[in-house]
Amino acid sequence: MSYWDKEKECMPRKELEELQLRRLKETVYRVYAFVPAYKEKMDQAGIKPEDIKTLKDLQKLPFTTKQDLRDNYPFGLFALPMSEVVRIHSSSGTTGKPTVVGYSKKDIDIWSELMARALTSAGATRYSVIQNAYGYGLFTGGLGVHYGAEKIAASVIPSSGGNTKRQIMLMQDFGTTVLTCTPSYALFMHEVMQEMDIEPADLKLKAGIFGAEPWSESMRREIENKLEIDAYDIYGLSEIIGPGVAIECANKQGLHIAEDHFLAETIDPVSEEVLDDGSQGELVITTISKEALPIIRYRTRDLTSLDKNICDCGRTHVRMQKVLGRSDDMVIIRGVNVFPSMVESVLLNIPGVEPHYLLIVDRKGNLDQLEVQVEVSEQLFSDEVRKLEELGAIIAKEMESALGVNAKIRLVEPKSIERSEGKAKRVIDRRNI
Amino acid sequence: MAKQISVFLENKAGRLSHVTRVLGDAGINIRALSIADTSDFGILRIIVNDPARAYRILKDASFTVSETEVIAVQVSDTPGGLAAVLEQMSESNLNIEYLYAFLGTSENDALVVFKVEDIDKACATFKEKGIKFIDEKQLYEL
Repeated sequence: MSYWDKEKECMPRKELEELQLRRLKETVYRVYAFVPAYKEKMDQAGIKPEDIKTLKDLQKLPFTTKQDLRDNYPFGLFALPMSEVVRIHSSSGTTGKPTVVGYSKKDIDIWSELMARALTSAGATRYSVIQNAYGYGLFTGGLGVHYGAEKIAASVIPSSGGNTKRQIMLMQDFGTTVLTCTPSYALFMHEVMQEMDIEPADLKLKAGIFGAEPWSESMRREIENKLEIDAYDIYGLSEIIGPGVAIECANKQGLHIAEDHFLAETIDPVSEEVLDDGSQGELVITTISKEALPIIRYRTRDLTSLDKNICDCGRTHVRMQKVLGRSDDMVIIRGVNVFPSMVESVLLNIPGVEPHYLLIVDRKGNLDQLEVQVEVSEQLFSDEVRKLEELGAIIAKEMESALGVNAKIRLVEPKSIERSEGKAKRVIDRRNI
Repeated sequence: MAKQISVFLENKAGRLSHVTRVLGDAGINIRALSIADTSDFGILRIIVNDPARAYRILKDASFTVSETEVIAVQVSDTPGGLAAVLEQMSESNLNIEYLYAFLGTSENDALVVFKVEDIDKACATFKEKGIKFIDEKQLYEL
């Protein structure tokens, strides 16, 4: 088992909690003093920085949401003057005004450190050739991974997203050993490899670090079998820092959250009540070392559960279960919560079905309709209508027992569902509610 | 026995014209054709002059395609011609999955393509009953 910073990653819980409390207090003092929006919220809730005496007191603080970042667009939540801000990233703003995040020099150092831990946890070393196919630019994925990869002194190929044939050429010619991108892009790369008649054996790829979208255990198996690599899940979000907030270790039994820099809680997304470890809820994160944009109790919308049991790898940091879905990605169909990742698991358990799918939600009269488009691979295809209809019926039955709602299965031609080079689009909601 | 090419088609404008254009551009000649359709998708079944090449070309064009073994039977082009063949098949318990007919080359015969459950049994039965079925080469060269 190798660590980037064993002392921090395996810090005994008591010591870790002392560090966390000290950092939390500092952070709360700083946001109260320097960020008017936080002061206002805390005043409204009747909380003063000195009320934070234990880690449990964190629960007294108000939540921060994406809307708060939008309301304070662009730099309103920054706790440092712009002269101290060395980097700005932003979301694409597809669901509204973009959210803007800033970093001090020290924030960038911490972020690089976290990514160095993450890459090391996934087995990367200075001898690795890391092909970073996350998009470079305003999106945090590209530069986040890049800085961490340089920190561990690996050789980085900043290939960014897109131009898949060239990606594969680089992979082959430069002897890439570690691939970083979204899991759906990794599978798409495999498809293109097949078209190019390139086998995993022709490559030196050993591991992949995939994130930026929820993906299931079945999808992990699919990627690991097809690319013949170890696939690790990485978690992060720009509002907190970017990729590197949490990473899987070789045990792949949950992602270790870097607890010396972040506090994690899970809450019931509706009642906002804090849940016990082990219960599934929305992940809430507080940054305790960030300077430019400290965030108190950020509602990530990601659904997971926490586990403080010490991992076999020796790391003491709490593990979050692989993200099941996002509370805002979730589609409610006839009152039932459906996550794209659940659909994915069902499909991947049917031999021959490819994990390329699209959920189309519509409303006919007063009834919600769910259509799942599934690509017909050669393995599934039959020249007999009856057999294809039987296949559709099997998928529909499996889907209904797993999701609790019935779905119309529509068989579509291979490669007709749009492939993504970044985050995959899984749901089209045509309901006008 | 002969090879039929089967292609999955989404029920969407332009798909059939796309397949036929791809084949046409590659110089593949379609001898016989039938389409099975449902509300969502269709299956195009064709007999062509060069099935192996047609299969490759369609696959390269990203279609879902398969090769299927079928039998092309010569049926007398007179009233009751097909009935006579079907009755003999029924007597021998040959299950037919689907069939489609096209005009043969001679004035007196039509050709019927059968997809049967058990192709070896069908061939044996046809031989035994004296039903003429034409071989692969002849069919592609029609």
